[in-house]
Amino acid sequence: MHSSTTKRGVLPGFGLTMGYSVLYLSLVVLIPLSALLLNSTGLTWEKFWDIATDPRVLASYKVSFLTAAAAGLIDAVLGLLLAWVLVRYEFPGKGIFDAMIDLPFALPTAVAGVSLTAIYSANGWIGSLLEPLGLRIAFTPIGITLALMFIGIPFVVRTVQPVLQDLDAEVEEAAATLGASRLRTFRSVVLPELLPPLLTGFALAFARGIGEYGSVVFISGNMPMKTEIAPLLIMSKLEQFDYAGATAVALMLLLISFVLLLLINSLQRRIRKTAR
Amino acid sequence: MSRRLKRGVLNGLAIALVVVMAACSAGEGGSGTAGAKADASGGSDKPKEVQLLNVSYDPTRELYEKYNEAFAAYWKQESGQQVTIKQSHGGSGKQSRSVIDGLKADVVTLALGYDIDAIQESGLIDEGWQQRFELNSSPYTSTIVFLVRKGNPKGLEDWDDLIKEGVEVITPNPQTSGGARWNYLAAWGYALHNNNNDEEKAKEFVQELFRHVPVLDSGARGSTTTFVERGLGDVLLAWENEAWLSVKELGPDKFDIVYPSESILAEPPVAIVDKNVDKNGTREVAEAYLKYLYTEEGQTIAAENYYRPTLASVQEKFADQFPEIKLFTIDEFGGWGEAQTKHFKDDGIFSQIYVPQ
Repeated sequence: MHSSTTKRGVLPGFGLTMGYSVLYLSLVVLIPLSALLLNSTGLTWEKFWDIATDPRVLASYKVSFLTAAAAGLIDAVLGLLLAWVLVRYEFPGKGIFDAMIDLPFALPTAVAGVSLTAIYSANGWIGSLLEPLGLRIAFTPIGITLALMFIGIPFVVRTVQPVLQDLDAEVEEAAATLGASRLRTFRSVVLPELLPPLLTGFALAFARGIGEYGSVVFISGNMPMKTEIAPLLIMSKLEQFDYAGATAVALMLLLISFVLLLLINSLQRRIRKTAR
Repeated sequence: MSRRLKRGVLNGLAIALVVVMAACSAGEGGSGTAGAKADASGGSDKPKEVQLLNVSYDPTRELYEKYNEAFAAYWKQESGQQVTIKQSHGGSGKQSRSVIDGLKADVVTLALGYDIDAIQESGLIDEGWQQRFELNSSPYTSTIVFLVRKGNPKGLEDWDDLIKEGVEVITPNPQTSGGARWNYLAAWGYALHNNNNDEEKAKEFVQELFRHVPVLDSGARGSTTTFVERGLGDVLLAWENEAWLSVKELGPDKFDIVYPSESILAEPPVAIVDKNVDKNGTREVAEAYLKYLYTEEGQTIAAENYYRPTLASVQEKFADQFPEIKLFTIDEFGGWGEAQTKHFKDDGIFSQIYVPQ
């Protein structure tokens, strides 16, 4: 162990760690992504545009982004609630409850999709109760959102939880003694602190939802123009050995996702600045 | 700071480049030695043991388990060689892509010729593979039938009945499932024959049929689950062998099989992957493996697994199991290449069902 007193204020190992980061990013992210780009260079610009703006492709983007955004938003609310319960209250079985949050990470997504479909289809436990009310979940966009909610919930809980843990209850008590109502305390004391991690959680769940394939194909019904997600369309193009077309759709998906994530990140930075 | 940053980034990129190049050259070296080994073994004496990889599609799992045992015994007797056959199963198109991308298959036994054509285009299989074995290289065949709920409550007897008001049809998406392309073409062929070969009428029929499909699964097994487990739909369009398997495994008290007046002759073909067998030195045994499918024993195993045999003597023995119906072939559609372009490509007839023109 080196003693840290000899250091002159700067962390050591910058060159090494930065070098490793770039190496890692290159091998795992950059090189595969450039291969993706390379694969679509067989297309002319016009052909690329034709594929990317085909009505069926556009419809699938719409389905993918809307359901992922809806799932991310619902997860943000529910995840905040879950994190709140886990941090602020003591109850028996809390450890088990806490561990269960991560289960969606471990479960193969196809299994999640199959079991969600089994429960929410018209003859499933819950689906059969909702069917008489005219509410269909499996094989509709609601079903897709449900699957994505399941996949995304750990992201929100796990990003909000540590921040909430560091939040002193005393600050809330101080607000209360100064005469703030509970709602006001939550709105102007707790929420501003939690907004950045909530946004991160949302972004993670959202991004995960856009690319999710395994669980969705079982519950979505895969009807073109209605419940067909973009990743399925990519698979369908691969199935026809249309590599260039598949990469064109994927590239467009990636571009839109990247822009959206950039926006979310910059929004987050702004919130963080104003919160300080 | 910025100089160190630059140095760090450069170092990282340099290492990445070295790693990638090393991986590439290692790959070349690896295949080189494998080739050398095969040359040595392909020489004077036959090696005692030999391994085959058969890359197949989903519903042939049980068939080839049985067949591999039988062939291993036969080959041992014939040549004294111990042959171990490995199996790989999955969606037909996916399996085809795996072989193109480097899965070292010695033989492929897939759901449709189009998937083998794709391997041929990549150069791994020589041209004219479909003429290499008898009967278009299709040792066993199948057809598309209707699986309906017990007692056939909606009275579905033929293709026309499927587009009646209130009937729901379950079939996978022909763009993602090779098997489902047979379903689609069977319906198309029927409509064509019953409308004096009027293409417009056939198109209308098929489009109407797909309007009766509430869920388009991505694969055949997914559709079977939707129909059997979820209880969705009145009829499942299925391969005959899959239908029989469902009835046998899920109980004959739940489902009935209905044979329409005519259907398509599904010919799942087999082929040797030339580049791979030459490299592995397995051409001889691979050829014997596929030829043995045409023998009495091979045909019996196929029939026992609900594939239609092509050998007359075995056909007779299993006549009860396979009712005779009018069958037409893919040739009627000008072969797979043409059918693919016309029907299943992105601007093909199937897409037009869903995308308003």
